[in-house]
Amino acid sequence: MTALAALIRRDLRVALRVGGGALIGVLFFLTVVVLMPFALGPDLALLKRLGPAILWLGALLASLLTLDRLFTADHDDGSLDLIVMSRAPLELACAAKAVAHWLAAGVPLIVATPVLGLLLNLDGQATLAVALTLLAGTPALTFTGMIGAALAVTLHRGGLLLAVLVLPLSIPVLIFGVAASNAAIAGPDGFGAPFSILCALSLAGLVIGPVAAAASLRHGLD
Amino acid sequence: MQPAAITESRNVMESAAFRLVGRALTCIRGGREIFADLGFSLSAGEALAVTGRNGAGKTSLLRLIGGLLKPAAGTIVLEGSPDESPPAEQAHYLGHRDALKPALSVAENLRFWHAFLGGERDSPPAALAAVGLDHIAHLPAGYLSAGQKRRLSMARLVAVRRPLWLLDEPTSALDTAGQALFATLMTDHLAKGGLIVAATHAPLGIATRELRIGGAA
Repeated sequence: MTALAALIRRDLRVALRVGGGALIGVLFFLTVVVLMPFALGPDLALLKRLGPAILWLGALLASLLTLDRLFTADHDDGSLDLIVMSRAPLELACAAKAVAHWLAAGVPLIVATPVLGLLLNLDGQATLAVALTLLAGTPALTFTGMIGAALAVTLHRGGLLLAVLVLPLSIPVLIFGVAASNAAIAGPDGFGAPFSILCALSLAGLVIGPVAAAASLRHGLD
Repeated sequence: MQPAAITESRNVMESAAFRLVGRALTCIRGGREIFADLGFSLSAGEALAVTGRNGAGKTSLLRLIGGLLKPAAGTIVLEGSPDESPPAEQAHYLGHRDALKPALSVAENLRFWHAFLGGERDSPPAALAAVGLDHIAHLPAGYLSAGQKRRLSMARLVAVRRPLWLLDEPTSALDTAGQALFATLMTDHLAKGGLIVAATHAPLGIATRELRIGGAA
């Protein structure tokens, strides 16, 4: 356990230092959401209706942007070899890296959501609903994205491949995330069902993601 | 190179029966056979220098022992090991790349590997002092020279105890004093009953046996 805690602490430190991934994700999220009102025009009702979808798309793309380096950075500097060789099971090491990534890159997105909700004419309750669905759904984005990051680790310019691999897997998360948000804001459908499925996707990702990523890392070693 | 001449008393933990043995190893990478039917045996307290021309498979052999590559045929075992774990988990791997995060300080980098690899007694500060980096412990690793990064990697070997050291060109980028220091560290390790497999072109400054891969260098 100390090994995994050490791995999480190191990844968090690296992400929060200058040049780390945490700030880049939030800035990208901010940029996407800020640009939307300019593109759509000053139609407050339209903004309000599209708000949850815009926030979710922004969060999806921002998390994809930072996932790219999840394993590549460790592969490039040789850390990945030592992590694979270590006594800590590779599956748990992958899970630890995903947790660190979510804490560093996912949580800031959720924290930024209330501020960005203002720009999209969302009231307090609606913003809270979107933040809640992001809290439940972004772990699923990280865990599914991790599989793509592990597949792309040995490839040069794997970033584009990552997007192609991961975006289809993220579609269910996007659908149920936006559905739950809209249900909370406008009704008439219940909030519970899509939100439960969103939580289920995150839990399934928690189980499948690390195992799949570890298998892919082992296979891809050279 | 002369045969191994180190016969100091061994630790109780690692008896003379502690051996690293590779049998009939074949390595195929990218559809090309790198080497075939390679065998070696290394007892506690011995160092093996793996030599050969560029591309002969020196690094591949180290990665096979470290479990980072799968042999197409053959086996590698640590005989007489106190626990059943595979050689990879009892080995340190010092590769071409130094496994350091430029954004973290020298001390943070070492403390991470110490905690992650499960170091027991030697505290990281002592290891940093042993490789002569204690005066720049607070400096981000990104500012280190290539030789200093190598020294920081060496500190990892000292901070966490593993019986088997896999070294890939360990003395590259080291200055004369650094090479002498590393020779001392390796001698200490062998005296405690450790094993060293090093891929190298340059003399390591310690007594080694030689394993030549792929004909004349």
